[in-house]
Amino acid sequence: MSNFTRRKFLKAGIAAAVAGTSMSYGSFAIGGAKKKVVVVGGGIGGATAAKYIRMMDPSVDVTVIEANKDYYTCFMSNEVLSGERTLDSIKFGYTGLAKHGVNVVHDMVTGIDADKRVVKTAGGDSFSYDRCIVAPGIDFKWDAIEGYDAKIAENTPHAWKAGSQTATLRKQLEGMKDGGSFVMVPPTNPFRCPPGPYERVAQIAHYFQQHKPKSSIIILDPKKKFSKFGLFKAGWQRHFGYDPENPTGDGMIKWINSEAGGTVSSYDAGSKTVTAKAGKFKGDVVNIIPPQKAGKIAFSAGLTNDKGWCPINGKTFESTIHKNIHVVGDSSISSPMPKSGYAANSQAKVCAAAVVAMLQGDGAPTPSYVNTCYSIIAPGDGISVAKVYAYDESAGKIIKVKGSGGLTPSEFDPELRAREQQYAYSWFNNITSDVFK
Amino acid sequence: MKQSSILKTALLTCGLVFTTASFAGSGPSGAMLGNTCAGCHGTNGVSNGPATPSIAGLDYDYFVEAMNEFKEDKRNTTIMARIAKGYSEAEIEAMSKFFADKEYVKANQTADAAAAKRGAKLHKKYCKNCHGDTGISEDQDDDSGMLAGQWKPYMTYTMADYKSGKREYGKKMGKKIKKLQKDVGDKGFADLLEYYASQK
Repeated sequence: MSNFTRRKFLKAGIAAAVAGTSMSYGSFAIGGAKKKVVVVGGGIGGATAAKYIRMMDPSVDVTVIEANKDYYTCFMSNEVLSGERTLDSIKFGYTGLAKHGVNVVHDMVTGIDADKRVVKTAGGDSFSYDRCIVAPGIDFKWDAIEGYDAKIAENTPHAWKAGSQTATLRKQLEGMKDGGSFVMVPPTNPFRCPPGPYERVAQIAHYFQQHKPKSSIIILDPKKKFSKFGLFKAGWQRHFGYDPENPTGDGMIKWINSEAGGTVSSYDAGSKTVTAKAGKFKGDVVNIIPPQKAGKIAFSAGLTNDKGWCPINGKTFESTIHKNIHVVGDSSISSPMPKSGYAANSQAKVCAAAVVAMLQGDGAPTPSYVNTCYSIIAPGDGISVAKVYAYDESAGKIIKVKGSGGLTPSEFDPELRAREQQYAYSWFNNITSDVFK
Repeated sequence: MKQSSILKTALLTCGLVFTTASFAGSGPSGAMLGNTCAGCHGTNGVSNGPATPSIAGLDYDYFVEAMNEFKEDKRNTTIMARIAKGYSEAEIEAMSKFFADKEYVKANQTADAAAAKRGAKLHKKYCKNCHGDTGISEDQDDDSGMLAGQWKPYMTYTMADYKSGKREYGKKMGKKIKKLQKDVGDKGFADLLEYYASQK
């Protein structure tokens, strides 16, 4: 019997292949100064790109500039609202990135000079780059709902960027009386985390059911349908009381869509009253998630189009407006990929591989992308959607791989739904490690 | 059989040299494909659990077969059947090579010591011929999954699927499982899983 097993044999073969690769990179080391990459924003997209560039080519000097010392993941923050997990459990720092040799600078980027290839910060520093990766996430269109702005949001939280906003909303839900009403206003498309508002409804319904069973949830939605539509509606009905035939009926959850007058025009913070086409709705707790656009720096750096998002080349994520600047994550126009954490993580790796190749003067490698998104409706009831994406060279865009992906089957299988919940937690542990550790 | 496997591996390894050089027009490299799995299976396939299995260091043929079973809906899966349908045979092979090269890291999880001790004896009696002395075979022809240090919830799901007939037994496994069930009963399986979980 041979001791030279396949595993070992493969290892030897791949080691040889890798050696070949690093030799071809050798010329670069002789070539002089270290290549510099500056990453603007340390969220899911930015942090992933920084880590993976260092993993792919440790000779590249990578700096992440991020205003906050801690990052709170938006994903799983709905479980903080229901009390199923703590705010601390979705908090991540930057020591992991430092271990990969990434320079982490806590400062606010104020401008990017695309011609001089320099990033400037509020702290007065300048960072020059060979390539820059911008990942600012989302910002809100504060003029979309009259009476709702950044200041009002301190007391009527959107909780669509996790952290203090999540804590505020949780506190208000805890303080609400049994029999109170929670009014939620989801945004128009496109927005961060398409299933998020509807998972939030489920998580808050789960909390009410346990602690405030007489309470109700009113959703004032500017849309006719939403992500995981059938699965959420069936889940709400199964667990909490919702009638798909009569969505504004007596169940705990009432969904008023655009056809039923769910579109909201204004908010009066004093009386906590939301005005929609269907009428005025007073909430004991109100959660308004405004329509969205790319993060602020994307605008000041001139990376956005007239719709407020950043057009990119889907193979490299390089901006189609400014050379040498790449944009990944929610602020990029990467459709058909959704604005999700998994998508940002996947895009960042494709971008990292492209950046490493382009710094060497090589062409970007053939991409492959995935999105996977879990939602937890109630304990023991997890659902998911997934899709594999490829890059169509001739059309010059990201495409869905035919036959791949799709939703959790609509038929309720308790064993598989329980597994999906456990896989959702595994996904959370693994994606956060993949980004921050 | 063994010789042809080695030849196949050698050819595939050569293929990797070219994909690493990223020739225009070629498909995505194993690394490019493998990186998309990390969101659920961990960086380089080392899972942080509690339920998604580690796939780092998986036997090449086992990985390819598993992906094909997912594609053909032959396993009782949640999301993997949907994801696997997105990949060609060549892509699955490239992915498999990528993960076969990665170092397997045993999961950091708790286990019942007394049950694990009993499980160790059961492993030697019923499982070691295909899964190696301690639950990871080094013999390429075994094409078996890695049990030692794999995440317990995943192992529990897998065993439940085998026993309920939702997953087909490979090779000699059916016979051994039935014998273990007859000799020791359900408790035997629980002890085995504690043994694999106890291995650090």
